[in-house]
Amino acid sequence: MVTKPLTKNIDMSRPPLDIAAYEANEGYQSLHAIAKGLSPEDVLQLVKDSGLKGRGGAGFPTGLKWSFVPSGDNSPKQKYLVVNADEMEPGTFKDRLLMEGDPHLLLEGMLIAAYTIQASKAYIFLRGEYTVSEQALRKAIKEAYEKGYLGKNILGTGFDLDIIMHTSAGRYICGEETALLNALEGKRANPRAKPPFPQVSGLWGKPTIVNNVETICNLPGILTYGVDWYHGLTKGNDHGTKLFGVSGKVKTPGCWELPLGLPIRELIENYAGGMQDGLELRGFLPGGGSTDFMLPEHLDITLDYDEIAKVGSRLATGTMIILDDKTCPVGMVGNLMKFFAHESCGFCTPCRDGLPWVDQIFRDFENGLGSEKDLQILHDHVTYLGPGRTFCALAPGATAPLGSGLKHFKEDFEKHITEKRCSYKH
Amino acid sequence: MAKIVIDGVEYEVNPDNNLLQECLSQGLDLPYFCWHPSMGSVGACRQCAVKQYRDEDDKEGMLVMACMTPASDGAIISLEDEQAKSFRSDVIESLMISHPHDCPVCEEGGECHLQDMTQMSGHNYRRYDKKKRTHRNQYLGPFINHEMNRCITCYRCVRYYDDYAGGTDLSAQASHHHVYFGRHEEGVLESEFSGNLVEVCPTGVFTDKAFSQHYSRKWDLQTAPSVCVGCSVGCNTAPGERYGTLRRIVNRYNSEVNGYFLCDRGRFGFDYVNSRERLLEPVKRVDNTGELLADDEIKAVIKEFSREGTIGIGSPRASNESNFALKTMVGDENFFAGYSDSESESMAAVLTLASDKAFHSPSVRKIEEADAVLILGEDVTNVAPRIALALRQSVRNKAMDLASESRIPQWQDAAVRELAQHERSPLSILSPAVSRLDDIAADRVIESLPALVAMGHQIANKISGSAPAATSPEHDAVAEKIAAQLKGAKRPLIVAGSSNGSELIKAAANIARALHEDGEDAAIDLCLLVPEVNSIGMGLMAAEENSLGVALDKLSSGAAKRVIVLENDLYRRAAKSQVDSALDKAEKVLVLDQVTTATTAKADVILPVTAFSEHEATYINYEGRAQLSFQVHQCQKMAQPAWRWISDAAHIDDLVERCCSEAPGFAKLRDVLPGENPFIAGMKVPRQSHRYSGRTAMIANVNVHEPKQMEDKESIMSFSMEGISAQKDPSIMASPWAPKWNSNQSISKFQDEVNGELKQGHVGSLLFEKTASGSYFDVPAVAAQPSGKQLHLALSYQIFGSDELSARAEPIRERMTDAYVGICPEDAQSRGLAQGDVATITPTGAPVVVCIRTGVKPGTALLYCGDANISPAEFTGLLEIEKSAAQATSRGISSLIVSDFQEEEI
Repeated sequence: MVTKPLTKNIDMSRPPLDIAAYEANEGYQSLHAIAKGLSPEDVLQLVKDSGLKGRGGAGFPTGLKWSFVPSGDNSPKQKYLVVNADEMEPGTFKDRLLMEGDPHLLLEGMLIAAYTIQASKAYIFLRGEYTVSEQALRKAIKEAYEKGYLGKNILGTGFDLDIIMHTSAGRYICGEETALLNALEGKRANPRAKPPFPQVSGLWGKPTIVNNVETICNLPGILTYGVDWYHGLTKGNDHGTKLFGVSGKVKTPGCWELPLGLPIRELIENYAGGMQDGLELRGFLPGGGSTDFMLPEHLDITLDYDEIAKVGSRLATGTMIILDDKTCPVGMVGNLMKFFAHESCGFCTPCRDGLPWVDQIFRDFENGLGSEKDLQILHDHVTYLGPGRTFCALAPGATAPLGSGLKHFKEDFEKHITEKRCSYKH
Repeated sequence: MAKIVIDGVEYEVNPDNNLLQECLSQGLDLPYFCWHPSMGSVGACRQCAVKQYRDEDDKEGMLVMACMTPASDGAIISLEDEQAKSFRSDVIESLMISHPHDCPVCEEGGECHLQDMTQMSGHNYRRYDKKKRTHRNQYLGPFINHEMNRCITCYRCVRYYDDYAGGTDLSAQASHHHVYFGRHEEGVLESEFSGNLVEVCPTGVFTDKAFSQHYSRKWDLQTAPSVCVGCSVGCNTAPGERYGTLRRIVNRYNSEVNGYFLCDRGRFGFDYVNSRERLLEPVKRVDNTGELLADDEIKAVIKEFSREGTIGIGSPRASNESNFALKTMVGDENFFAGYSDSESESMAAVLTLASDKAFHSPSVRKIEEADAVLILGEDVTNVAPRIALALRQSVRNKAMDLASESRIPQWQDAAVRELAQHERSPLSILSPAVSRLDDIAADRVIESLPALVAMGHQIANKISGSAPAATSPEHDAVAEKIAAQLKGAKRPLIVAGSSNGSELIKAAANIARALHEDGEDAAIDLCLLVPEVNSIGMGLMAAEENSLGVALDKLSSGAAKRVIVLENDLYRRAAKSQVDSALDKAEKVLVLDQVTTATTAKADVILPVTAFSEHEATYINYEGRAQLSFQVHQCQKMAQPAWRWISDAAHIDDLVERCCSEAPGFAKLRDVLPGENPFIAGMKVPRQSHRYSGRTAMIANVNVHEPKQMEDKESIMSFSMEGISAQKDPSIMASPWAPKWNSNQSISKFQDEVNGELKQGHVGSLLFEKTASGSYFDVPAVAAQPSGKQLHLALSYQIFGSDELSARAEPIRERMTDAYVGICPEDAQSRGLAQGDVATITPTGAPVVVCIRTGVKPGTALLYCGDANISPAEFTGLLEIEKSAAQATSRGISSLIVSDFQEEEI
């Protein structure tokens, strides 16, 4: 019984499996099932039944997303699948593990997704710095072409698929799917107005599905081992396994495939080895840089999309950043603000001109120049940059650590003002 | 119609529009930046946030951007909601954090949308105390200043320049709060429509460089509604004067003609009004110098020229009134056309077609609605630039259709563009050379002129078998395709013009007639371009047989003794030898003009004439639209409107009235005059704003006593600040202003609805009556083929240089080239010619610069005459080129831009 469908082939002490070894371990079985007559509608139903939710951060049901793609004779002939491999969320390194560790899993998943929506071209939009992933994927793609799993009339199904590797020039905003599409078209990576949604009019105006790497990597297991097996993996409300990461001053930071629904405490204490000696847990961002801080009192909450939402944060990418008691929370939030200000695409006003102001204020706090007036301006920006006010989710994402940081670490902000210094610095 | 509730008040609105547009149409004040009435919404600036409620029970509501939200039936919104107001104020606060607050030294100050919106949004206390981000500025050519520190990053400039106007050399660069709008490197902005950046930019990033040289605040400019005299489109303008010199021209909204945009010739080509080449005193020739004429001498001259034996030559750049006065003075049979004989032939065809029920001459706005276009042999960008900008919009109709199918509102600009990508309505260009519209063309054929004519007839014949047959086997497939596209279109448009003779016009007419026959009864849009502001007026005025050639022959033969030349340089219109012989033979030559020309050099008497901004006048544009242009300022010297020298009419209105009743075709000209009772309590409309400053001091360097303001007995306007607000009647409003709205954006306060007609305003008067039902033109006999070293000739035009008067304006001169001959690389090689060489052209022997262009048909030479005193009339379809030992002048052809040389991939 496979319990870790995402990472079963991954062993970072050796190169990833080549196509023969991958196949030997039940790889590409979904493709053979398709060749034996599984229709796109069948696959779509399986994916819907599996309850798979997007692993990029938003947690949108994958099957539902796919079902918006127009099908039938009157639909546009050309459709596209785009894999969002532009993993730039602070503290997040799960897709990298999958691509470096088992590139064929991603390709198999892409075949399933492309077949379901009948896309004959698929792009991997890869973060430019992921050069190891790039090498691994290029080698795997070559092998798949040689084997006849990519190209024209794959395994006699009449289905064609070309996979094109696109290494990004690198902007955080390219993780936003419509900005990614603009970048892929050679335009400025600004998010697009919706509607039209990419499922209807995406890349070059054609129906397009953009999925995260991890989401795609869930697909081979669902097809190979079935929906019931998939439902059996979880320990919580949401289905399947998920990659969870922990970074920060824990004993063994890393990334593990675990069933959804485990208590957070188990992840931090059992897998990440607990806090380093002499340090206490102060708080943590549960799913990357754009989620709200959670506190030690939340450790018994389970790793579920809904459970975490109940305490005002988000599971998002599932990769935690730990804040310890010897690290300045103001500095930590400031570091994130510097990142978000720099990564704003510059399209809409609050994000473009609001975040640099926030960033400047944090720099002043760091240098002992913080003031009550500036603290008020930070509070104002939590509302000003919030949901519904900006063009996309970047700035609202930035307000998550900002707003929760201001709330949970109020005394630290005030200490910076009264002591005119950062007391965490020696 | 839909009903929406705004702050508790119900309004009837158009549900196809967005909330911002509807709020503005209802006269409400809602601040905005990135939205533009002709460019739609993108949701970048977030300034127009309002609160929207789900239903009457919803007390919370949510913030939405008005520009991104449809005005759907039942919508309930609030502009006054505290949260919405506070968010709008926050947005302004962020926009202003790096703004330099240099209003006192900024050219935009006083007509700045950013100033207005800042006031309106209520942000007035600065909290930002960190370092501002700064930028370096670029040199962008002679027209536009660049001051990036003022930028508020609304993206309007690139959306206008690239998306709307098709430019390629202005872009948004970098990201986050370092976004920079500029060129990839310093250099001249290539677009022919770059000047609109000045008005599109909501603050002072892009300002008018020529204006900066002699700057004045908007409120200090004396201004009046005017019409551009740069070409035959007749865009509406608002020239501004201060201290006796014309300072700038800005756009004046006319829903049917220019909308919100002008071309750079129109905006920057007025400087000749202030130039030293102006004729400002009446003089007579005594030996070889000029001597001032006394009043009684002038009377004697006019008396002499009123005698038998005088002929008059009119002008396509003079007003109807001046042409009419001359015609009245010399008699109908002695009044001759003031353009070339080739132009006469073309005009005869244009005027015949104008009365034909089968055709409709489309306004610029209607051109934007075309869904399939064929341009037959005309370089629209260089001949009637504003129409090229309209054609760029017409190809987007496909995108609009696609958007409707996908239920995306047409105002969702970015969404529509991303949906449609490169899908365009078909535009086909049949041309002797590459053109600046090639980038949006579905098909392009480059051929010699005779071959283009043949192809035109072939297309007509493919549309309807009753059109005369013609073959051009090489291009059969593309002709078939174009015919099918035009037939399949809901609103096809054929564009041609007089640039290269009448045969292309006739071929174009046959295509339109074939479409008319083939389709329903609706008239087909046939846009026929003529070169000058009043070419049509001139054409209506002169009898068809009274061509310039006949006039010159009359003088040469002695059949006429005296000639009055009205605002015209005959050397641009006819062969030098012909003009020389006529003027030398004439006993007396009277020239009325604004500037010195080769013709004034031959004059016995010169009477100085006012420039377009110094008199009231009517002109008729390419579509037969008569428009009234008001006087903006007084001529400081002795120039007068030409009609005043030669007519006893006391008032321009008298001349217009007489012209209506006496000159055929002008019956509806009087409609352009202001209504019968334009005055309220006897007050006139002031040309000066209510904030006009310094009037008591402005001539203090001459005399400390303030003189009485000059009275204007002619028009309903006064040279004063006093009077009724011009805003009561937008048709006599030059410079829109409304409380809280000091910038040109205030125009929405005077429109019926956003983008609509001006309230109570009029858009000009269409003169042509549709009375005739014509028939097909015959296919012309095969044209003379080149022999030996000869090449087919095609005349070429440049936006900067081909127009006689604007070519004297300093900023335009910086963009001009020398006269050149454009040939393909093969023809250049066989003649041993290299790029930039000087060559002589036979028959005239005039020197021209060699310009080697890939997009020219082998065997064809393009000839651009420029301001080099080469008359196109010297050539008859063929010419020879010889290498010359002469050196090119400093100007050369370096101002040509890359796409003038190279073929665009289609």
